[in-house]
Amino acid sequence: MSDLNSNIPEGELTTKWTKYKSSVPLVNPSNKRTIEVIIVGSGLAGASAAATLAEMGYKVKCFCFQDSPRRAHSIAAQGGINAAKNYQNDGDSVYRLFYDTIKGGDYRAREANVHRLAEVSANIIDQCVAQGVPLAREYGGLLDNRSFGGTQVQRTFYAAGQTGQQLLLGAYSALERQIGMGKVEMFTRHEMLEVVKIDGKARGIIARNLITGEIERHFGHAVVLGTGGYGNVFYLSTNAMGSNVTAAWKAHKQGAYFANPCYTQIHPTCIPVSGDHQSKLTLMSESLRNDGRIWVPKKKDDLRKASEIPEDERDYYLERRYPAFGNLVPRDVASRAAKERCDAGYGVGASKLAVYLDFKANTERYGRIEAAKAGNHNPDKETCMRLGTEVIKAKYGNLFDMYAQITGENPYETPMRIYPAVHYTMGGLWVDYNLMTNVPGLYCTGEANFSDHGANRLGASALMQGLADGYFVLPYTIGAYLSKEISVKAIPTDHPAFVEAEARAKGILDTLINIKGTKSVDHFHKRLGHIMWEKCGMARNEKGLKEAIEEIRALRAEFWRDVRVPGSVDELNTELEKAGRVADFIELGELMCIDALNRNESCGGHFREEYQTEEGEALRDDEHYAYVAAWEFKEGVNFELHKEELKFENIKVAQRSYK
Amino acid sequence: MSTGNMNLTLKVWRQKNNKTKGALVDYKVSDISPDMSFLEMFDVLNEQLINKGEEPIVFDHDCREGICGMCSMFINGRPHGPKDLVTTCQLHMRSFKDGDTIVVEPWRAKAFPVIKDLTVDRTAFDRVIAAGGFISVNTGNAQDANNLPIPKIQADAAFEAAACIGCGACVATCKNASAMLFVSAKVSQLAQLPQGQPERYRRVQSMVAQMDAEGFGNCTNTGACEAECPKGISLENIARMNRDFYSAKFVSEEDI
Repeated sequence: MSDLNSNIPEGELTTKWTKYKSSVPLVNPSNKRTIEVIIVGSGLAGASAAATLAEMGYKVKCFCFQDSPRRAHSIAAQGGINAAKNYQNDGDSVYRLFYDTIKGGDYRAREANVHRLAEVSANIIDQCVAQGVPLAREYGGLLDNRSFGGTQVQRTFYAAGQTGQQLLLGAYSALERQIGMGKVEMFTRHEMLEVVKIDGKARGIIARNLITGEIERHFGHAVVLGTGGYGNVFYLSTNAMGSNVTAAWKAHKQGAYFANPCYTQIHPTCIPVSGDHQSKLTLMSESLRNDGRIWVPKKKDDLRKASEIPEDERDYYLERRYPAFGNLVPRDVASRAAKERCDAGYGVGASKLAVYLDFKANTERYGRIEAAKAGNHNPDKETCMRLGTEVIKAKYGNLFDMYAQITGENPYETPMRIYPAVHYTMGGLWVDYNLMTNVPGLYCTGEANFSDHGANRLGASALMQGLADGYFVLPYTIGAYLSKEISVKAIPTDHPAFVEAEARAKGILDTLINIKGTKSVDHFHKRLGHIMWEKCGMARNEKGLKEAIEEIRALRAEFWRDVRVPGSVDELNTELEKAGRVADFIELGELMCIDALNRNESCGGHFREEYQTEEGEALRDDEHYAYVAAWEFKEGVNFELHKEELKFENIKVAQRSYK
Repeated sequence: MSTGNMNLTLKVWRQKNNKTKGALVDYKVSDISPDMSFLEMFDVLNEQLINKGEEPIVFDHDCREGICGMCSMFINGRPHGPKDLVTTCQLHMRSFKDGDTIVVEPWRAKAFPVIKDLTVDRTAFDRVIAAGGFISVNTGNAQDANNLPIPKIQADAAFEAAACIGCGACVATCKNASAMLFVSAKVSQLAQLPQGQPERYRRVQSMVAQMDAEGFGNCTNTGACEAECPKGISLENIARMNRDFYSAKFVSEEDI
């Protein structure tokens, strides 16, 4: 069935990576100095890869569209990073992290990749601590952990609600160190617009200097894309405003397969939409579910305030439906359960599209513990709440402040209102075990690739994958390719392939500027987002997807006829930047719907309404769909499906249960 | 389509590029909802400008969650606007009143040249970090993280300093355009951790030298930086940095 070679090494699952590392061809240090690697993106995956490859001796060029690599959206991750260290002595192990991740991803990830991720997870924590990343500590001076959804152990390391920031600044400082030493050349405010292929291999990129508008040609023996996810295809998402698919999409149009595009993670705990003006959504870390209980009123259209609804009139629906995992079920399960309650008429708040996340019970419990520590073994409720609030403040203070800022409500006094929102995309460029796409010399890391999360990502795994890829996987695997490229001299950028790629990029920019239509870029982006959310969002069905495909095709035609991009190409032009990205999102949106339509089953972040159990859970079809859908771009905007069969040799595939 | 009823007059700094002169230009926006963020209000204004065939106002922004540090507007004479401890993206229109006139300018500092409109070049901060704002450790072979116990109070203090988002409000608000709060936050984070000790004195010297080379002004302990920092980075960091900087002069070459 498979026509794609994933290049998974032979042998036992537990020894594949160790054996691979010790037998992979090496590049001699003097050769490394003449080999150039281009890295696009400077988030956790890009910055860690750029720093590590430079430490190893390669000549590295790194690109980002922001003004500084420190702004990459990895910085916004809040809750934590998983690692199988078993510091809490609660039974964690590499195998358990591997198992939880495969199960959490609804058995649609590659065993070998996920096991490797679990193996290197412990090294990531060591590396970050050595860099001076201030992760949370216990009073005894040892690292602290907390719980995340989809697991029953405490393996999540964190730095208050700013874990992504601290890890990214760690990688950023390692990168800046190499920049300072002249081993990495950094190109900020640059956007990659094309991949350059010579004799079938990726040999460089075309980038636009966003300040001057100048188009630049850059050679590299290999090109690495660490450009993040494409959640902004939905317009409203938790992604940064600039997050886009352009680099990956251009690579796709140059032959790289795009895998599992329909797998979108809907994060269950975001601040609900407040109006049409909304430009983005802000999530509340999953770690809050550790100390919060989710509920809705038992009565439909209950207009009472949360505080006026007595305990026995509340439906703690996650605890009711999933007694074993309770509020800590994985994100896809929690999201669907919230949607189910709201659709059934039990939602809260003005829009009725929200559920409560309530900290009262644990605040009181923490307060009782604090009082006992101070010798008060019979505290009154008020004392408990006061002391407990201090504990909650220490753990999640910045998140509570953010909630108060956005909603104008005080979450210490009234439960948070939350609703699911688009967060992370599990799909991305297809890569083999080496993180190489099917285009030789073109690599893809972090959220931009499809590999480690299957159909649903467990919380605190994105930071883990980004850093695993950049610090510990790519630096080994890229050597296997580069060891065969040592005799290739730097190719001059007046090579016809560069000229042609530049002309392609310029052609698109000129076209966009010259349409001089009547509607803004945002107008089209919002319409695309609306189609995607309504018909390819938390739930999809055949009829809706078919409609969506037609609507998106019509939208694409209208965009190219009627978009208005003010200004010129040779200056800082943010509308032009957005226009190029939205053009790519429109094409990707169509592919997402095609992929969702093809997959006649429900799994993880892909819920087809036709395929569910009697209890409303996702119903997989392992016989027909245990494969990675890798799409090839064809002339016009057409797509051809290739399949990589997923083999589960070490895990028993079962109906996922969190009951 | 907006949902609110606030009407505002904005005076916004427009500057085509670094080679042309800029000026404040008046704009009217209407139907603004108090639930909008300040940047969403700007989105409404820009949509209005594009529909009229004018060029939208260029401003830096990205995460809109208060953490990337990219948004950088001077609003009514204060960086990130009238509220304490928030970035512009987390400033909501409920902080203003119907009929208000709001003046919006870019960061003002020699070391942060204007690129266009409200966008300035803050890469000087990156060069200061590249000069020494790190621990020199290569990837691989780090010891087990728990082999290096760090007292919670010390780890928390390092974290407080590490929370800096590099937005540059401290520089923009300082009458000398000094970068001391930014630089001291990184120096302080690493100086408070055992991992940061081997390079402690070399680090502070290199970073201060680079800070001076970039054209940032001197610190005169006015404290405006601390008052305007959206992340509450403390002036104590500057004291700690000064102490390390002067100590470095008395540390012998071998110890550096």
